[in-house]
Amino acid sequence: MKVVVCVKQVPDTKGGVKFKPDGTLDRAAMLAIMNPDDKAALEEALELKDQYGAEVTVVTMGLPKADAVLREAFAMGADKGVLVTDRVLGGADTWATSQTLAGALRNLDYDLILTGRQAIDGDTAQVGPQISEHLHLPLISYCEDLKVDEAAHTVTVKRQYDDGYHIVRAKMPCLVTCLSELDTPRYMTPGGIFDAFQKEVTVWGRKDLKDVDDSNLGKAGSPTVIAKASDKVAKGKGVKVTPETPEEAVDYIVNVLDEKHVI
Amino acid sequence: MALEDYKGVYIFAQQVDGKISPIALELLGKARDLAKDLDNKDVTAILLGYQLSDALVDELGAYGADKVIVVDNPELKDYRTEPYADAIQAIVKEFKPEILLVGATAIGRDLGPRVSAKIHTGLTADCTKLDIGDFPLVAIPGHEDEQKHKQLLMTRPAFGGNTIATIACPDYRPQMATVRPGVMQKITPDKNHKAEKITFAPDLTPNSCYTEILKIVKEVSTVADIQAAKILVSGGRGVGSAENFKILDDLAAVLGGTVSCSRAVVDAGWKPKDMQVGQTGKTVRPHVYFAIGISGAIQHVAGMEDSDIIIAINKDENAPIFDVADYGIVGDLNKIVPLLTKKISEFLAAKNNG
Repeated sequence: MKVVVCVKQVPDTKGGVKFKPDGTLDRAAMLAIMNPDDKAALEEALELKDQYGAEVTVVTMGLPKADAVLREAFAMGADKGVLVTDRVLGGADTWATSQTLAGALRNLDYDLILTGRQAIDGDTAQVGPQISEHLHLPLISYCEDLKVDEAAHTVTVKRQYDDGYHIVRAKMPCLVTCLSELDTPRYMTPGGIFDAFQKEVTVWGRKDLKDVDDSNLGKAGSPTVIAKASDKVAKGKGVKVTPETPEEAVDYIVNVLDEKHVI
Repeated sequence: MALEDYKGVYIFAQQVDGKISPIALELLGKARDLAKDLDNKDVTAILLGYQLSDALVDELGAYGADKVIVVDNPELKDYRTEPYADAIQAIVKEFKPEILLVGATAIGRDLGPRVSAKIHTGLTADCTKLDIGDFPLVAIPGHEDEQKHKQLLMTRPAFGGNTIATIACPDYRPQMATVRPGVMQKITPDKNHKAEKITFAPDLTPNSCYTEILKIVKEVSTVADIQAAKILVSGGRGVGSAENFKILDDLAAVLGGTVSCSRAVVDAGWKPKDMQVGQTGKTVRPHVYFAIGISGAIQHVAGMEDSDIIIAINKDENAPIFDVADYGIVGDLNKIVPLLTKKISEFLAAKNNG
């Protein structure tokens, strides 16, 4: 069985978001990490490797420095890594990103493609489903649990909904988007870390993408266009009080609620 | 693609088990609002399912739909990506909507991207604001005639709410957006506003992309809908224990409010996920939001910052919640909250007697 996992390198928001003096996001000051949902998807693939001897290939699209997430994936146990990077692919929206990744995936053999549900920088949750359409694969999103039946060549997924879950079965090959809740990622092993820097990352550019038209790539191939972007201006600071006693605090709040006609 | 052939605002009227989801009514409210600024003022709802009652068509009409396109097919009984996406693709091809809105629910966030990929158009995720306007917003000097008018301008937060972008889709139709539940306002229903029912029967022959549902499990929610609440009393890790949420329940009770919580509380197993506010939970915009013992991580703030009045109680004077609160009180919630409940009930009793 062959499993391909799509991962993205994203800025870490956990340690707090850093701003430049002018109030814009300071991306350079934040750590770059493997997107959490994607890392859960990678863990799931590695469990399929443990269980069925699946071959695990990790694919990422990004700047050359995104090589780091592939090294991390190697250190966790991934077999192969592909970095898709090319200046002409920059500025892509989710349509052009999914076209790019689909173009890369057409070069690979797979039974199962796993992606994270969404990345913590864009939060769109669109790229996985859009790849599935470009490759004409069944799609199951929001995976909380996954089982493979090798003989029947199917996957059975616990698919989260707002009001519960469905147990859904799809024929392989198919694409599944994974929630962070699916798996707790394993740690990198010392041997794995050593391997991570020995192993070769396959680097693909525009010319290596299969069956994709230029008109669907990069900024020019993106149907959506940013009209305006701003790092959000923090809401004007309100009032902060440090009352001496709980009574004083309560009087203050009751007064606010009264003034605002809440009570 | 002749853009001018695409007309009208369409919404995907999500239904589950024969009940219209609240998001569908919210989308209708917004669609009515957008249609005012367009040449074609028709608002159309797309209703997919099996053995659907005409009462649903009337409900959508009362909430603002002029037309309801109904696809009734056994393949659409329960939500599955491919037959739903196929049905919408067929509708787009036949009816040519100018705008297509989908709820950013666990269904819509699966359906929207699959549909947009099928029909090759742009899709903007999780929008919190939609307007009709010009693109570019300001015409480029010397290129005034290239500015496009009456475009859908889709505004969305990203990066945990730290950045905000307004996005357009000037060269493709329909202009598609998924919209965060709980953000748009539904209109007051008007029973006399009847929608025209259009029955449509696209070919939905199963192919290899059709999945099979083996089991459906409903986790019956015993909690109130936090997105519908006017007053939310929200607790965080600082509340200390599941038992101690009692003091929040009491406060919510005197105010006629509802209790919600932060992710830390769900992770600790104190409260179910339905009650979670924030990026991975629900977006809320009540009239009053009490943040009690909530530190105010950006992921939480992203889900509640549009509340009208935010009152924070926290013992850590450096908690980031104070950056977003309109009224911040540094103090011990265990002392303040029970006393607040008592004082408010006394206040209300005095007012009612007065």
